[in-house]
Amino acid sequence: MAAPLRYESQVRTPLVVGQKDYHQVTEDIVRPIEAAPSKLWWIGFLISVACLLFGVWSVTEQVIYGVGQWNLHRTIGWGWDITNFVWWVGIGHAGTLISAILLLFRQGWRTGVNRAAEAMTIFAVMCAGQFPIWHMGRVWLCFFIMPYPNTRGPLWPNFNSPLLWDVFAISTYFTVSLLFWYSGLIPDIATVRDRAKVKWRKLMYGVLSFGWTGSTKHWQRHEALSLVLAGLSTPLVLSVHTIVSFDFATSVIPGWHTTIFPPYFVAGAIFSGFAMVQTLLLVSRKVLKLEEYITLEHIEVMNKVIVLTGSIVGIAYLTELFISWYGQNKFESWAFAQNRVNIFSPYGWAYYLMMGCNVLSPQIFWFRKMRRNLTVTFFMSVIVNIGMWFERFVIIVTSIYRDYLPSSWATYYAPSIWEIGFYIGTFGLFFTCYFLFSKFFPVIAIAEIKHILKKSGESYKDNMDKQEKMPVEEFAHQYAHAH
Amino acid sequence: MAVKKFVVGIFTDEEVLFPAIKKVRSAGYKIHDVYTPMPIHGMDHALGLRETSLHTAGFIYGITGTTTALSGIGWVFNSDWPVNIGGKSHFDLPAWIPITFELTVLFSAVGMFLTFLYICQMAPFVRKHHFNLRSTDDQFTMVVECTEKSNEEEIKAYLQSVGAAGINTQVAETGWWLGRYDRDKTPFEHKGATLA
Repeated sequence: MAAPLRYESQVRTPLVVGQKDYHQVTEDIVRPIEAAPSKLWWIGFLISVACLLFGVWSVTEQVIYGVGQWNLHRTIGWGWDITNFVWWVGIGHAGTLISAILLLFRQGWRTGVNRAAEAMTIFAVMCAGQFPIWHMGRVWLCFFIMPYPNTRGPLWPNFNSPLLWDVFAISTYFTVSLLFWYSGLIPDIATVRDRAKVKWRKLMYGVLSFGWTGSTKHWQRHEALSLVLAGLSTPLVLSVHTIVSFDFATSVIPGWHTTIFPPYFVAGAIFSGFAMVQTLLLVSRKVLKLEEYITLEHIEVMNKVIVLTGSIVGIAYLTELFISWYGQNKFESWAFAQNRVNIFSPYGWAYYLMMGCNVLSPQIFWFRKMRRNLTVTFFMSVIVNIGMWFERFVIIVTSIYRDYLPSSWATYYAPSIWEIGFYIGTFGLFFTCYFLFSKFFPVIAIAEIKHILKKSGESYKDNMDKQEKMPVEEFAHQYAHAH
Repeated sequence: MAVKKFVVGIFTDEEVLFPAIKKVRSAGYKIHDVYTPMPIHGMDHALGLRETSLHTAGFIYGITGTTTALSGIGWVFNSDWPVNIGGKSHFDLPAWIPITFELTVLFSAVGMFLTFLYICQMAPFVRKHHFNLRSTDDQFTMVVECTEKSNEEEIKAYLQSVGAAGINTQVAETGWWLGRYDRDKTPFEHKGATLA
């Protein structure tokens, strides 16, 4: 009890670099909030807002003139919109994975990246939600998807439909991620509040902190809340993309109708989510000068996850191909052999682009030197997300552009400017939110960094040499009962 | 809500704080609370706090969600409006699993979060007395309540002896009130401390 300090081997690289004490941690992380935003921040923010406005314009066109503004038609009824939806939801998987599953696995490195990753999750899910909502066409009736006693019968939604499962999955995921994120933010907001010198900052952070004091009893409950939310979020993360994959897997379209989809989608989601975390954090750590908290060690660990999940996705691709041959279903084997693998087919290029980006290129991360190279990591994180976008595009479009009736085959599908604008608009939404978040909230979980500081901080690890040299009996005597 | 008098001991190191808590408690002083910038494992046990029941609440909320989903879907599909969907069974339990699972998680998470706010008395525009503003930064603040039996000077001396880096006395409201952090005004006057 008397020794809250837990010994950690010198072999493990420190998670907080530099000579830090608790106060220095607060200073470093709160600095970007208290300083005026840099020119770079303004440029990025304004570009994001411009993209967002273009998206608003595109959606407005579509609402006024109808879904016909998109180049979808009877054969390809799902195109860019659903591709983008699945892509954004996938990106939204890393945050809760990092904060929930890694919390249960007691991975100390999550503390450096979890806050930003959770924020990213929430913004990505917000972007994802736009696509099915606006695809409804008569969007002012979108509340019809909710089950509530109504005057139309009452007519209920079909609870056996994967599309309705999706509504529940995505909205639950969004709500739980938001609560998880915000409950973790409360103590850190209180830290900003208690340092505030300016009136508006005292007011704003005072309101947002809910009157947090840091009382031991509150911390105890806070820990319990985090742990249970983590336990709930763990199956939730896995369920969300599983259910998204059901949208396809439960249909009878050759190319969609496969049982491998749930694990394959989940692995792909974590893969693309981690890639997006890398993209954002590589920029954030540089711009906000947080290299001492988001270290090379963090980057390397995430690259390991990328090579693992990328390879799982690769195995899934190959398994699919094998089964399409082994299953001896004419339609399915045709969908795979002709619509995808055949490089001379209209979308053959997309299939090989997907294979190259998702399966081959991440293999570079088997080399430690590459995992720790920032340029390579940044480049790869973008490549992976391009690849994952094409994965969804390949799954959706190449399965439906040649259906059972050759007369309705549509060999070319190109998005209209409003479809592209909508997609750009979600980038605008995502980055506008992220820029605001990085300006007004601590990008790194302050309290959680302090929690691991004396265990994994460089300034404290140095003092641990003596423990390394201690005789076994003495070490056991000092540490065996401490927790 | 009560206004009381407290001796506040400020510590800079949790390794000094832990034995100090033990000593102050065994000396018979009443620790009101300890405020820390981060969760410190074992602190609740050191203070003799009981384990929180928040988990149990979460379980109950979860079960409520499960029941709501199953009974709701079951009622809609079997009694209120039985639609024939491709000749499938009206009691189609496997197809209800996804929504049942999602509602279980949703009810549990939302319920627990709201319960957490309620039992910690936290909400927007709620204000509380903060004994030391740096206890959300880098200091650990032990607050000892002055009772009729205890002597203020004695507590101060004792806190000093167990390693407190700074000591002061504060008269404070123990509850919460509606207020803003940019205004120091309290909605009531301090009429002096009541000694328990």
